[in-house]
Amino acid sequence: MALTDLTVHELQALLRTREISSRELTLAFLKRIADTDKHIGAFITTCEKTALENADRADARLSAGNAAPLTGIPLALKDIFITEDIRTTCASQILDNFIPPYNGTAVRKLMEQEAVLLGKLNMDEFAMGSSNENSAFGTVKNPWNRECVPGGSSGGSAAAVAARQAGATLGTDTGGSIRQPASHCGVVGLKPTYGRVSRYGVVAYASSLDQVGPVARDVEDCAIMLGAVAGYDPADSTSINLPVPDYQAALKQGVKGLKIGLPKEYFIEGLDADIQQTIDKAINTLRELGAETVEVSLPHTEYAVACYYLIATAEASSNLARYDGVRYGKRMDDGRGLIDMYMKSRAAGFGPEVKRRIMLGTYALSSGYYDAYYLKAQKVRTLIRQDFLDAFNHVDVILTPVAPTPAFRIGEKTADPLQMYLSDIFTIPVNLAGTCGLSVPCGFSRDGLPIGMQLIGRPFGEETILQSAYAYEQATEWHRHSAPL
Amino acid sequence: MKINREQVEHVARLARLALSDTELETLTGEMDAILDYVEKLNELDTDHIVPTAHAVPVENAFREDSVGASIGSEKALQNAPEASDNCFVVPKVIE
Repeated sequence: MALTDLTVHELQALLRTREISSRELTLAFLKRIADTDKHIGAFITTCEKTALENADRADARLSAGNAAPLTGIPLALKDIFITEDIRTTCASQILDNFIPPYNGTAVRKLMEQEAVLLGKLNMDEFAMGSSNENSAFGTVKNPWNRECVPGGSSGGSAAAVAARQAGATLGTDTGGSIRQPASHCGVVGLKPTYGRVSRYGVVAYASSLDQVGPVARDVEDCAIMLGAVAGYDPADSTSINLPVPDYQAALKQGVKGLKIGLPKEYFIEGLDADIQQTIDKAINTLRELGAETVEVSLPHTEYAVACYYLIATAEASSNLARYDGVRYGKRMDDGRGLIDMYMKSRAAGFGPEVKRRIMLGTYALSSGYYDAYYLKAQKVRTLIRQDFLDAFNHVDVILTPVAPTPAFRIGEKTADPLQMYLSDIFTIPVNLAGTCGLSVPCGFSRDGLPIGMQLIGRPFGEETILQSAYAYEQATEWHRHSAPL
Repeated sequence: MKINREQVEHVARLARLALSDTELETLTGEMDAILDYVEKLNELDTDHIVPTAHAVPVENAFREDSVGASIGSEKALQNAPEASDNCFVVPKVIE
């Protein structure tokens, strides 16, 4: 077995006993990226030189015997995390030469542990998309079937883990952007509760929904990664000042006696047959492990996509106003004045999906339409959030599919934005409710594409969904399958 | 029709986007379809519902007003399309 096939917790042990060095491990991952990424396109930028410098510092710390959990572990980051002196593009032309002057909080925490940064990962431009087809740096291919999308927007983060190009990665999730690609690529992805991880130094898309989270080979790796980045940050006033539990220690508590809710609105006629069968089997496995399952109702589910596409685009139109060709980014100026410079710079720098969302959001916030669209959506958001709080009065975890179908073909949904938006129907409600959810592999379609199940927890209930996912994973073999590459 | 070409042009000006004729045409159709879909929200009576701006309730976050480290003007200007004398250079605003 190659070093790159091992999980973070397995690598941790080898590094600490000094059976391998971080330099050796880093070189193995860099070679794996060089050998495979021409087929996948997960990386926008690789940082060979700084990665090896990181690795040497990590080796010194490992030899000194004061290693942190991620010391010496090669990781990669969605190109939405700003990284000091390392180009950060957000997969957009408008930032294609942007060199951030500082590290964001999650990055700083990883660097303080002396983790190794291999590079920056491809994504949908400004995290807007469900397929990674909206990148200015090319579409990422799904490692399980290169004619299919990896999902999005953290498609590079999921594909890189599935292709064993990094030990683990970080992504961001605004409407499913960690969970859906994790499901499509057969890896584990967790969206923490809003406020659990600092958003400082993460390029903003929709600030009331964006959250940072890990994508990893298995549940234990996910727990280690979450523990490394979670916590209150004075630089993000929406982060919550609650202690960070030991997520790894919580894993082994099992599911005996846990109550798992199955929302009837998610198990609808027309759900892909492979998804239905796979999820049914997973439910049975959890029952055999001692969990109790009950039907619950989340009655406003069918309104979530409409609600999301008003709130997210409104916030995006405001957040993306900063790309004006003044302080950073592309400038197009033909001497016709300031406003003209703004309009041409933005038109040249943004791709079609970003323009579409800025336009929709600007309209929803514009004079005369604010109450009908934005305010209405915020009220519906209250109803959706209340659905979850009510359900969690009766159950500990909610189990659903992650996506209505397995990974679709590249190009299949690009002509119809609304169809693409509807592919996020099972993940969006969690962001609107602000709670946590993860995707864990639970089988394959007839065509050999991975399928994930979603476990949703109470706000700040990450331990419970991780422990449930861990119990399921340990009882099954899905996480041991590797993409054919 | 929820939105027409003229309104889309107006929104593009508000959003500071110089869109081509083709883009305006395509966006008119797409935005119309999306706005038609979000009309669905009107099936719900929300008259007495309090809007949610943030899913996790946060009160005002206060901190001490103290001097901290900053990145300095050189780093702050390193990505500027044009800079001069420690300032960002922009096109002339006032005649």
